[in-house]
Amino acid sequence: MSHYISITDADRAEMLDAIGVDSITALFTDVPEHLRFPQLDIPAPLSEPELMRELHRLHNTNASAQTHSLFLGAGAYNHFVPAAVDQILRRSEYYTAYTPYQPEISQGTLQAIFEYQSLICRLTGMEVANASHYDGGTAIAEAAIMALNVVRNRRKIVVARGVNPQYRAVLRTYLQGLDVEIVGDERPGASINDALAQVDADTCALIVQSPDFLGRLHDLRGLAEQVHAAGALLIVHFDPIALALFQPPAEADADIAVAEGQPLGLGLNFGGPYLGIFTTRQKYVHKIAGRLVGVTKDLDGKIAYTLTLRAREQDIRRERATSNICTNQGLMALASTVYLSLLGRQGLRKVAEVGYHRAHYAAAQIGQIPGYVVHADQPFFREFVVQCPRPAAAINAALRERGIIGGYDLAADEPQLGHAMLLCVTEMNSKSEIDELTAALRALV
Amino acid sequence: MSFNTPLDLRYAESHEWVRVEGDEVVVGITDYAQDALGDIVYVELPAVGATFNAGDVFGVIESVKASSDLYAPVSGEVTAVNTDLEDDQAPINSDPYGAGWILRMKSSGEESALLDAAAYEKHVAEQQH
Amino acid sequence: MDTYEPPIFELSSPGKYGANVPDLDVPRAELPDDLLRQDDLAGFPELSEPEVIRHYTRISQRNFSIDTGMYPLGSCTMKYNPKLNEEAARMPGFAQAHPLQAEELSQGALRLMYELQADLATISGFDAVSLQPAAGAQGEFTGILAFHAYHLDRGDTDRVEVLVPDAAHGTNPATAAMVGLKVIEVASDERGNVDLADLKRKLSPRTVGLMLTNPNTLGLFEEHIVEVARLVHEAGGLVYGDGANFNAILGIVQPGAMGFDFMHYNLHKTFTTPHGGGGPGSGAVGCTAELAPFLPGPLVNRTADGDYAFITPEKSIGRMKAFHGNFGMLVRAWTYIRSMGAAGLRKVSETAVLNANYIRTQLDDIYPPAVDRICMHETVLKGQIAGATGIRTLDIAKRLIDYGFHPPTVYFPLIVPEALMIEPTETESKQMIDAFIQAMRSIAREAVEQPELLLAAPTKAPVRRLDEVRAARQPVLRYDADKFAKLRDSE
Repeated sequence: MSHYISITDADRAEMLDAIGVDSITALFTDVPEHLRFPQLDIPAPLSEPELMRELHRLHNTNASAQTHSLFLGAGAYNHFVPAAVDQILRRSEYYTAYTPYQPEISQGTLQAIFEYQSLICRLTGMEVANASHYDGGTAIAEAAIMALNVVRNRRKIVVARGVNPQYRAVLRTYLQGLDVEIVGDERPGASINDALAQVDADTCALIVQSPDFLGRLHDLRGLAEQVHAAGALLIVHFDPIALALFQPPAEADADIAVAEGQPLGLGLNFGGPYLGIFTTRQKYVHKIAGRLVGVTKDLDGKIAYTLTLRAREQDIRRERATSNICTNQGLMALASTVYLSLLGRQGLRKVAEVGYHRAHYAAAQIGQIPGYVVHADQPFFREFVVQCPRPAAAINAALRERGIIGGYDLAADEPQLGHAMLLCVTEMNSKSEIDELTAALRALV
Repeated sequence: MSFNTPLDLRYAESHEWVRVEGDEVVVGITDYAQDALGDIVYVELPAVGATFNAGDVFGVIESVKASSDLYAPVSGEVTAVNTDLEDDQAPINSDPYGAGWILRMKSSGEESALLDAAAYEKHVAEQQH
Repeated sequence: MDTYEPPIFELSSPGKYGANVPDLDVPRAELPDDLLRQDDLAGFPELSEPEVIRHYTRISQRNFSIDTGMYPLGSCTMKYNPKLNEEAARMPGFAQAHPLQAEELSQGALRLMYELQADLATISGFDAVSLQPAAGAQGEFTGILAFHAYHLDRGDTDRVEVLVPDAAHGTNPATAAMVGLKVIEVASDERGNVDLADLKRKLSPRTVGLMLTNPNTLGLFEEHIVEVARLVHEAGGLVYGDGANFNAILGIVQPGAMGFDFMHYNLHKTFTTPHGGGGPGSGAVGCTAELAPFLPGPLVNRTADGDYAFITPEKSIGRMKAFHGNFGMLVRAWTYIRSMGAAGLRKVSETAVLNANYIRTQLDDIYPPAVDRICMHETVLKGQIAGATGIRTLDIAKRLIDYGFHPPTVYFPLIVPEALMIEPTETESKQMIDAFIQAMRSIAREAVEQPELLLAAPTKAPVRRLDEVRAARQPVLRYDADKFAKLRDSE
């Protein structure tokens, strides 16, 4: 028995009798006998209190935003998550439901996704948002595949170096079986203009990111015009918190705009589950992969929500589908919906502003320390590059001794920057924390 | 179940119909096809001027629960598409051989190789069983 | 009680906010004027925290869920989601750890991943496991990319065809297409197995491999599985296992032993991580030693001095997503396996199979089975009730809602007309299963005597059947006050 199983021995005997077999084993005669009932060498089961103790031991050996001052970003950000977000996520009406294929008894999930799509459209200015993809990286890959299907008979994707290197890696994984060339990001330090120069008559999309991997904000207006002139689409990876202050992707006339939605109330979770935000224009709605929720009426004329335009999806189109995506990140989309509703117009702007000013304060303070060079000649959001007097790995090891998790070591991704790290400051890093970091860095010169 | 299969049209096994009008052909989907798909909610139309070989996919048609490719019944250049279908797809269900037409192509003369009404009905009967 | 709740935008009033954000405590820096947003987030909701909580609590009550009733949705394994798992995943050392923090600061998380890799490998009889894929569909994609890379690595460049049974999940053919490969459908025989003659005809030097679910989508164990795998291997192909139905065979048989080369685990099905209203899933993958070098990275390895570290296999197909998988789901799956142990897992599958066969034998006199055989964890019946005219499986499904049950999966697999795919799982009680059987029998009677009850169903749900044609013909995919007003006023 297990406390998760609700069938007693007496039930089992009665049920076997009703089935007309004399033992459980008799239900498995189709399984080749020599392979049946292997011994599985896995650890013995633990009671709940024992398991809790074990879990405490494990999680306590990890550093976290609770045990350390965190100045690490690079695609996963330590933002404020209101307690109210998790209280809604703990409602089992949401988390123990499946995909809302039966709309009459799934209006909760469906309305939440509809509100998610609506909020994301307001935030981005884009016309259509789907019910989400796995994460920012896969959203970029799916955007590229969609572009290949919109702009037919072109086999080149140009991606700017400023796109998160992990996302660029995912893009290459996704497209490796198709006969597609991915260029534009080969040279360390290459700019968006360098990528744009590679957009030609065989290009189906240009992918850029702003704020880019190094935190720099780019003015993307006018870029779409040049990309469109070549007959290609513009794909923009944005940051949802930055949009509270800075120009939304629709203003850049993006054809597809995607983002990692993790900053919107999801927490760090050691890398997942996160949220792939995916938006496009109305005219491409039939080309979009993933679920969409629309509104209609029921037989009594009541407003009701339902999955719609389903004929695009894998269970109907099978090998003619352009993506095999089945799940979305439903619960994560719900988290971001509750987050955006709680923060609202004022709160979201405040999160962006406090983070912006604190990051600039940190950059200014660190820039005054002899031996450190801060790259702040261009507008940036939340993250900035610091060139250090010693290798970033050594600096980070020393910071760790003081209870600080330092920045992302850029040695592998951008070697031309020398001993550089990418520091991240959000509304969660108070002035005193920043001052401690500055003092620690000063001591390491 | 019986379906309307006008005698004056030619038919492709992939359930498109063809009507010859001068040096052009009009193309749509058959009554049987619209019934099998159910309420049509979307048609992806090609651009005027696009050229297809017989058997090429020229578009996609979707209902609430199904999706099907559309195949060019003959070879040739598209001279017109029924843009009314972009906003209202209902005519494909209600009037598949009339207001539900999908496109016009320059005639290549291949339409004579297509099925006549009797042969198409036989083809449908075989598919249904 | 009318449970309708307006869209959040209609509850907003200017000046409110629902979160207590830290105040600015540093000097303001200059903002780049030319990059600023111009609309000041106009149209964004403005509500207090209690208002937001009430809104999302109210709409949650318009959902059916495992915790509110039996959810026998075939192929989806809607079993109970243990509450301990939820506590585990929220522990700060897991929930507030940064994915890129140093490995020496992450030993607890890495150890958990290492142990989960090992446990999943043991349970399935494989040599290696990657926890990276975000969902079952991504696990399939991972596997077929690995097959493709494996053949190319051997200089075997002509293999471009993936064999998929006609009863397969739609993700299987869609996955093959995403890798740029051709899909060849293989027929099923009258006992619901892969048709061996058809398989032999379709295997060739062009075969990349076969994608197979075992137990298959008819809920049946492939009687010739060893032979099927042998044939595919003889042709130089590989066998991919869709792990959607793994809940039937924990401790019963190992996919690795049956001849599978690669499979994905749906941690959100078999290993109790919640479905979340459609995700996040988690699609860890396992494979043989031959395919291990192609797994997506990073994996967790144990070094000679006992530390845990990330590694990327030498011929890795690359990364499937950023960071290291849906870690929160991994914590839940690990916790579940530790709660159950080997004997507990075997009991899970035994009970799941018992429950499904019980339902099958209590209903097959009125709902004809797709194939009359002992089934595994789910049974596929047909909604063809003798004497009922004009009633379809959809109507039976909708009527079940009025009886308080979530409908089974309907119209899948595609090869079964009017299919009803019922998967009770091991966590339902006999009392609940008996109530379900009674409901199904009552509905069959109603189908003959009062078919209007089925045709009008559901009448006890928050809403009735929807106008799905309208939703698709005039799609409204985001809130718009005018469109909502128009919809409200329309017929």
